[in-house]
Amino acid sequence: MSGLSRDDVAHVATLARIHLNDDELDTMAGQLDQIVEWVGQISEVAAADVPPMSHPLPLTNVTRPDEVRECLSAEEALSGAPASEEDRFAVPRILDED
Amino acid sequence: MTKTELCLLSAAQMANGLVAGDFTSVELTQAHLDRIADLNPALNAYLYVDDAGALATAREVDEARAAGQDLPRLAGVPVAVKDIACTVGMPTTAGSKMLEGWMPPYDATIVAKLKSAKMPILGKTNMDEFAMGSSTEHSAFGPTRNPWDLDRIPGGSGGGSSAAVGAYLAPLAIGSDTGGSIRQPAAVTGTVGTKPTYGGVSRYGVIALASSLDQIGPCARSVTDTALLHEVLGGHDEMDSTSLDAPVPAVVEASSTRDLTGMKIGVVKEISGEGFQPGVLARFEEARAKLVELGAEIVEVSCPHFTSAMAAYYLVLPSEASSNLARYDAMRYGLRVGPDGVESPSAEQVMAASRAAGFGDEVKRRIILGTYALSSGYYDAYYGQAQKVRTLIACDFEAAFEQVDVLISPTTPTTAFKLGEKLDDPLAMYLGDLATIPANLAGVPGMSIPVGVAEDNLPVGLQFLAPATQDQRLYAVGAALEAALTEQWGGPMLDQAAHLCLAQPFDKQEAGA
Amino acid sequence: MSAQTHTADSVLSIDDTLAKFDPVMGLEVHVELNTNTKMFCGCATEFGADPNTQVCPICLGLPGALPVVNAMGVESAIRIGLALNCEIASWCRFARKNYFYPDMPKNFQTSQYDEPIAFEGYLDVDLDDGTTYRVEIERAHMEEDTGKSLHVGGSTGRIQGADYSLVDYNRAGIPLIEIVTKPLTGAGERAPEIARAYVSVLRDLLKALGVSDVRMEQGSMRCDANVSLRPKAGDGATSAEQLAVPLGTRTETKNVNSLRSVERAVRYEMTRHAAVLDAGGSITQETRHWHEDTGVTTAGRPKSDADDYRYFPEPDLVPAAPDAAWVEELRATLPEPPAERRKRLQADWGYSDLEMRDVINAGAIEAIEETIAAGASASAARKWWGGEIARRANKADVAITEMGVTPADIAELDGLVRDGRLNDAMARQVMEGVLNGEGSPTAVADARGLELVQDDGALEAAVDKVIAANTDMADKVRGGKVQAAGALIGQVMKEMKGQADAAKARELILARLLPS
Ligand SMILES: [Mg+2]
Ligand SMILES: [Zn+2]
Repeated sequence: MSGLSRDDVAHVATLARIHLNDDELDTMAGQLDQIVEWVGQISEVAAADVPPMSHPLPLTNVTRPDEVRECLSAEEALSGAPASEEDRFAVPRILDED
Repeated sequence: MTKTELCLLSAAQMANGLVAGDFTSVELTQAHLDRIADLNPALNAYLYVDDAGALATAREVDEARAAGQDLPRLAGVPVAVKDIACTVGMPTTAGSKMLEGWMPPYDATIVAKLKSAKMPILGKTNMDEFAMGSSTEHSAFGPTRNPWDLDRIPGGSGGGSSAAVGAYLAPLAIGSDTGGSIRQPAAVTGTVGTKPTYGGVSRYGVIALASSLDQIGPCARSVTDTALLHEVLGGHDEMDSTSLDAPVPAVVEASSTRDLTGMKIGVVKEISGEGFQPGVLARFEEARAKLVELGAEIVEVSCPHFTSAMAAYYLVLPSEASSNLARYDAMRYGLRVGPDGVESPSAEQVMAASRAAGFGDEVKRRIILGTYALSSGYYDAYYGQAQKVRTLIACDFEAAFEQVDVLISPTTPTTAFKLGEKLDDPLAMYLGDLATIPANLAGVPGMSIPVGVAEDNLPVGLQFLAPATQDQRLYAVGAALEAALTEQWGGPMLDQAAHLCLAQPFDKQEAGA
Repeated sequence: MSAQTHTADSVLSIDDTLAKFDPVMGLEVHVELNTNTKMFCGCATEFGADPNTQVCPICLGLPGALPVVNAMGVESAIRIGLALNCEIASWCRFARKNYFYPDMPKNFQTSQYDEPIAFEGYLDVDLDDGTTYRVEIERAHMEEDTGKSLHVGGSTGRIQGADYSLVDYNRAGIPLIEIVTKPLTGAGERAPEIARAYVSVLRDLLKALGVSDVRMEQGSMRCDANVSLRPKAGDGATSAEQLAVPLGTRTETKNVNSLRSVERAVRYEMTRHAAVLDAGGSITQETRHWHEDTGVTTAGRPKSDADDYRYFPEPDLVPAAPDAAWVEELRATLPEPPAERRKRLQADWGYSDLEMRDVINAGAIEAIEETIAAGASASAARKWWGGEIARRANKADVAITEMGVTPADIAELDGLVRDGRLNDAMARQVMEGVLNGEGSPTAVADARGLELVQDDGALEAAVDKVIAANTDMADKVRGGKVQAAGALIGQVMKEMKGQADAAKARELILARLLPS
């Protein structure tokens, strides 16, 4: 597995919505390159036919009945909001609809 | 009884004393609150102390008891909660600036259970930010210090809970264990901690680090006390899809075990030797001999894939964490800051600036690592491969448990290291968790109990591991070994810390009491 | 951006487009299920509730909250899959689709990725020309809806140029089924019609299943249309040769929210692509926004590296493994497929193809069925629902069932006509009253004093009076010009203030004037 470049880190930081300044990028790139190289050893461990394990326990079909439970009030819902207006969460302008 | 004497009791003794009317819950709770006021400035074990709430519960219990009501076993016994669990009426920060001052509008299931068990909640304990770390140095609100030596780390991420219990600032505490965050702090503070079987305790309302690894569990100073709290916390919760729909294992009953005849114990070769501090290995060998004296048969077993556990863990954890922590985006709750010098920033810019300001370096590192591991073109080589290694590790456990009832290893390769010592070397910090991580990857339960001090006079922990849903086995072997060691030492483990930093405040407490 | 500022892109005529290019479509339909609660929490799903009153820690993505799957969501997903002739997965997982967006509380959508609950199906669509086009279904999977943003400031309340937005998370977490077609090839000139017909048939099917309100105007059914063009293989090329031509670059037009718009948007994108390609340009892979008012699309976000959704299995949910026996039980609950049902009803009711199409377009099938069940004749039911009520509903832009008239009302009114109490003109007046909320047909008739005069004496007197007053008309009838009786009947009805049976009046007039 090839290493992790400074550009890679910058790109991934954008995906992760974390602004990094140049110094942080430098430090982070160095540390992450080392870590990625170390975790990369894993690529040789498991054969192709080993099934991946996404859950520690083999549970299936856990559901709940379609019955209404009590909701929060708008006041409770908005209690932690950095900004709100008209019982809605106020957020900065959104660049584009997805 | 003096206030200090009250604090020095075990949780079981407190519960009995309350029933016997030897003291009230208000007295007991106040004693702890006073001790916290005294010692917490030095330890920074608590991020928030809820005097009023704890005393209100205590008063309620005392009144109910006076009125002759039937009460739960631990009613009136105070408890501390790691700041990772949502609590109505107390801020919940997960040790992060991102959530500084955040007041959840709901209780975690385990908090609701503590409340219905009528246990006064003393406050919220310090932790590595979002439980990422092994030293509590990554808390945004300053490190917690080890009661055995204030210059040393109390372990992490649950260093606040272990330090609180170890310094008698609470008889019981809640921890969460994603890769050892209950067991490793227990080991380095000379206390007891259990990571139950994955799904054994509800995760609902506990701030997620890595969903498929996280497990909530009890911290205490003895195996019995740990079992008592485990029983309160455990059981099915319909709010957590990964919660086991099975009765809580009989952990309290198991903790009265004293004889291990017929028990087969395996020593895991891969996590018990190379790179371990000599004093740690020495205590481990003595404990092993003690187990034989108690009637157990010890065999060496090999779990070959455990050597890949660390790498798998540092792919699974950051991957899941990068997604779990995406919600901290400054839109609905938590810190919101605008980027410097940008007029009318977009939501996107505010998110990036807030996450930059709200998260500490370790959190950023892991989010970026996880985002990378999941990103297109890398998934199969990293996350996908790590999930396969989990399967292999689970198979190793399965094979081992066909031969033995429980597995043992030292909990940590070394005793508590100095604050700051590994802060600039994340990889070195990660390697301290090599013995605890396999249990999280496979979902099996584990426990750490103290087995003496090493050459540096710092505590050493021994880890037990059992098959999934067989948590009671940990308590059986843990209790038997604990009893034998206590007898050998002539008193509990923490007495050996009395000459250290705790002594002075003890005296001060006496004088004031 | 306001409507006026949309610079219309140049487009080729549809004929030129089709002469040079072969269209390929892919349709993604998101359907909100009508479950009582959200997909992963117990919050109610009522449409139009006050903002942020149907939210909880789970659908707000609060720290620590965990999802639990709504059993009805899975059941509906399976029934939809079965109705679309899909295979149902015996084991599948949810996955997290990671991207940041303010109306998505967790900044990941809990969805399904490579393991959808239903896959490999089809839906047959009847077209106006009598042919049937088979739409191949790639998958139908479960996911959750996002919140809704209100854009504040700027000039128009649209997203572009807004100062900030206000978010309501009531919709966040409502169960969605995303139904994705395979690339639809070989549609040619019928492509826009097929797009519309598919969505229409799908809507009817989902309605018949009872799993969704399928209100496109309320957003409970939304369509994204992918369109691409590839060059024609040349005159006389076989369809296999055409299929071998590589696909062109596609655009995805988002949230096209009416049947008519689906057709228009597909046609617009085809002709826009054609103009670009014809001029030697190339299509940018991007999302497009549809503007109902101007009938054009505008560029949205380009597809880019940022569309790296980092899917991975949702660790907070366990796999769904629907039991085969249960799936068969659900299969047994499927309603008659809408197309077959319509054929059966048309035969039962004796409607012509044209009449049936009008009734379908008016969305009146169920209402007519209930009206007939309540005792009305098939023709009366069609006349009322497909006529006056449909006209008014269309004008008011609401469903015919929301006009305040029930099937029982119509049956009652038809009964009054058949009993001879009302004539057609009076029945229309009664309907007017019912639509105005004046009460049941009988109550309206009573209140307005509408009733055919049954007293033959009064009618005979009126006939005599009219014949006497219109001797020239009467003579014409006597002379054999029977159609002249119409004018006399009109006079009689006037004399009777409308409250007479016109047929009876005609009968009497003819009896007086013609030798028996
Ligand atoms: Mg989707
Ligand atoms: Zn909810």
